[in-house]
Amino acid sequence: MANTYYDAADLRKFGKITEWSEELGNKFFEYYGKVFEEGALSAREKSLIALAVAHVVKCPYCIDAYTKDGLQRGITKEEMMEAVHAGAAIESGATLVHGVQMMNKYNKLSM
Amino acid sequence: MATKSLKARQKDLAKTNKQLEILNGGIFAEGELPYFKDKLANIGNFPLRPKKMEILQINVGYMCNQVCEHCHVDAGPDRKEIMTRETMEQCLDVIRNTGAHTLDLTGGAPEMNPNFRWFVEEAAKAGIQDFIVRSNLTIIRANKKYYDLPKFFKKHNVHVVSSMPHYTRGKTDKQRGDGVFDKSIRALQELNAVGYGMPGQDLRLDLVYNPSGAYLPGDQAALEKDFKKALDEDFGIQFHNLFAITNLPISRFLDYLIASENYEDYMYALVEAYNSEAVENVMCTNTISVSWDGWLYDCDFNQMLGLKVASKIKHIKDYNEDILNDRNIIISQHCYGCTAGAGSSCQGTVI
Ligand code: SF4
Ligand code: SF4
Repeated sequence: MANTYYDAADLRKFGKITEWSEELGNKFFEYYGKVFEEGALSAREKSLIALAVAHVVKCPYCIDAYTKDGLQRGITKEEMMEAVHAGAAIESGATLVHGVQMMNKYNKLSM
Repeated sequence: MATKSLKARQKDLAKTNKQLEILNGGIFAEGELPYFKDKLANIGNFPLRPKKMEILQINVGYMCNQVCEHCHVDAGPDRKEIMTRETMEQCLDVIRNTGAHTLDLTGGAPEMNPNFRWFVEEAAKAGIQDFIVRSNLTIIRANKKYYDLPKFFKKHNVHVVSSMPHYTRGKTDKQRGDGVFDKSIRALQELNAVGYGMPGQDLRLDLVYNPSGAYLPGDQAALEKDFKKALDEDFGIQFHNLFAITNLPISRFLDYLIASENYEDYMYALVEAYNSEAVENVMCTNTISVSWDGWLYDCDFNQMLGLKVASKIKHIKDYNEDILNDRNIIISQHCYGCTAGAGSSCQGTVI
């Protein structure tokens, strides 16, 4: 047993989750595949969104996967970094907008 | 970036037996990943057999003005393997009589062979339907004596196929060396200037894209669209088709994969992307590859691995298409590079 929580080689085994729950696993992968197909958004745009979200949810597997996916699609490192910033901006914005709650509470409690 | 071939650096991986040891051993020998032949057997395609011979690919030498990191030929300025005029004569005899519709000259930089122009002039007379020269573009700007290549190609109605790793300077220079991007752009503009690559025109100019790293090429059509848009908007460059080619794990690319600790992941990715439909049209089923010294191979990759055809006809001087076509193709785990995703050949995807 590896003594770290994350092992890069585990990404290759992702498909194995189906073994312990075939129906749900298959449904998930089918849905997942469909989501990233060319649609109203291009597959390229979706790849960048996935990369941004991967950072926000801080999933090392997804970061590896969508960095590689971006390279395969010819996405440049500048585009990838901007996507990460877009994710980071929303995440920090989400933190900061709670500052209003703090201000409200402060004001309510203060004379 | 290295400035010498693996061979000149006396690296272990310059030896073909070392490469084959890796491809046949490790994760494959341990049973983690299946052998290519087992995949073929599953679909009743082992041994792999040729179909009709259509493409004669001739490698006129391993000398090159560049030393690209991913090069499966291990080409470079230090390579001395150059096809002689005598071997070219033997090739011409075959070119004049072959049933193949395509003649494909490659290298190294084929233009660096001292008899290149004579060979092209003679071969063009044979009237083969599609006469390809694989040009790395920078050669056209490497030295004054090559400046007129676009006109020379045009005169002989050569179909130019050129490598272009990316439409941005950074990515191109990283794979192929500093200054390669600017020179390639200039060369493309000069090819355009004599009429190559123009929409609806006969002078064909196609680009080859292969990934600059340990990942597989994305969708060929999407990449072509991106390349066309960027090269046109930024530089006014036109070209016909983009071929997306997968890097095969041999020679310098194999050396890179191992040094960067990407080898296992890359092989996993290739095996995972294995597509049985691509097997039908892998290059070796319609191609014969000739080396600078006249030996015959199933493909350029097998040539670099020193795997000569399994036929009693092994040399261009004894060439006989019917006997050659009745052979088993030699395969190993590098072949997964030809069957990943939509497949990969010198003409891009195969399905
Ligand atoms: S990839 Fe082509 S241009 Fe680059 S070193 Fe090899 S033969 Fe030369
Ligand atoms: S590497 Fe050569 S022999 Fe193997 S599948 Fe590709 S073309 Fe055929």
